[in-house]
This record gives sequence, structure tokens and C-alpha cells, in this order.
Amino acid sequence: MGAVWSTIGTYAIVFSVGGALCAIAELLIVRTKLTPARILVIFLIVGIALEAVGVYDAILEVCQAGVSVPIVGFGAALAKGSIEAARSGGFLGAFSGGLIRTAYGVGAAIVMSYIVTLVFSPKTK
Amino acid sequence: MSEKTNAVKSRNDRYNKYVDTVSPKTSVPKALWHSFWIGGVTCMIGQGISDILAFSMPSLSKDMVANITSMILVTVAILFTGLGFYDVIARQGGAGSFLPITGFANAMASASMEFKTEGLIFGTSAKLFTVVGPVVVNGVVWSTLAGLINLWILGAY
Repeated sequence: MGAVWSTIGTYAIVFSVGGALCAIAELLIVRTKLTPARILVIFLIVGIALEAVGVYDAILEVCQAGVSVPIVGFGAALAKGSIEAARSGGFLGAFSGGLIRTAYGVGAAIVMSYIVTLVFSPKTK
Repeated sequence: MSEKTNAVKSRNDRYNKYVDTVSPKTSVPKALWHSFWIGGVTCMIGQGISDILAFSMPSLSKDMVANITSMILVTVAILFTGLGFYDVIARQGGAGSFLPITGFANAMASASMEFKTEGLIFGTSAKLFTVVGPVVVNGVVWSTLAGLINLWILGAY
């Protein structure tokens, strides 16, 4: 029974944290007229900064997918890869690590986009 | 000269007022609520996928579970984009539909589909990164900097 409650608790945290991040982004759009691309970059850099300072893992432990599914998690993964590779591989590692760590998602996105473009045609609105 | 700039200024003010009256008024609390729940549900789906993966394949490392989860989310989002479902979500979701990794995938797929008519090389392949390019470029630049700073600090001690 305890396991069920802790699972429900985890999902409640994931929902509220993920939702809150998106609501903050929406508020930025409404209030400051920043474009979505700028907001994506801002949240990405926040993720990189959190990872670089070393607090991201503690946040991830509590919020799980609530923080890793938004673009913040992508930034943190890039920074984590780069930092780890820099520690093990030195100067050159810093350049390759980020892309190596995020290659699964980015590779899938590029290949799937290409295939979907070949298969489907854009809907006329 | 100053008369001219004043005229331009007042014209711009009038134009901005006109734009404010004409642009549709969206209710802010409603937009925030839609972003909140659509973003939250997307994150819960991600959590569900990673929980199922970790449960059904205990030999997978934590990093691999995260990688496969993002691959599944990205693939589903791109298929939804192709089928035209994602537009329906995005119309309501606002930030809730573009901040998660699914929005990143949608931005890629919709840009590449939109420019299909310009050919596969200069249309699809070139325009694939029009929206997500800034994210990838800034991500690589700042994360490399983070790695280098980390290396430099470790080297100093």
C-alpha cells in the first residue's frame, strides 16, 4: 500500500513541477512578448547552469520527469555529458561529451522528421 | 529633423494602440491553466514510459532508460505532427506544448514538412533546424563552456 501512495506522490510532483515550468514559460510569453525560441533558449541555459553548479541531480531526484521532460532536462544532459567527458577525456572531451550524451534523442528526432516528411504532406489550413 | 522624428513617433504610437485594440484578447489565467495541465500531462507520460521501461527491463542503466524515454517521446510527437494531431494540442497548449521535449520534436518535423515543396535538400534538410537551431547551437556552446570551466576549476585544485 505504501508503494502505491509513493507512486501517486511521485506522479503528483511530476505533474505539478512540469506544469509549473510550462506555466512560467507561458507567463513570460504573455507578459514580455518574448518569442518561443528565446524562451526555449532561456530554459535550456537554466538547465545547463543548474547542472554546471551541481544542483540538478538533487532536483532530478525529487522532480524526476517533471524537470527532465521540459527543455531544462535537455540542457542539463548536454552539460552533464560535457562535464563528465571533460573530467575523463580532458580538453577535447568538453567539446564532444554534450552531443554524445544527447545523441539518442536528437538522432531519433532528425531521422523521424525526415521519414515523416517523406510519408506525409503538410495539411492545408 | 526633430519634427520629422516626432511625427514618426506619434505614428508608431497610434499604430501600436491600433494593434492592441485589434489583436484578440486571450484570457491570461485560462492560457496559464492550459499550459500547466498540458505540460504536466506530457511530463507524466514521460514518467510513465520510464517507469515501465525500468520495471520491464531491470538490466537497463538509468541513463539508457532516460535515452529510450526521450526517443519514444520524440518519435510519438513527430508521428502526431505528421498526422496533424499535434497542431490541435499546440493550439490550446501554448508553452505546455513547446517547452517539453515533444515540442522540440514537433518544431523540427513541422519545419521540415512545411518546406517539403522546396525539395529534400534545400527544403526539408536545410529548414529542419530553423526553429530548433538556436536551441542546439546555444546548448552546445554553453555546455562546452560549462565543461571547460569545470575542467579548469578541477585543474586549479
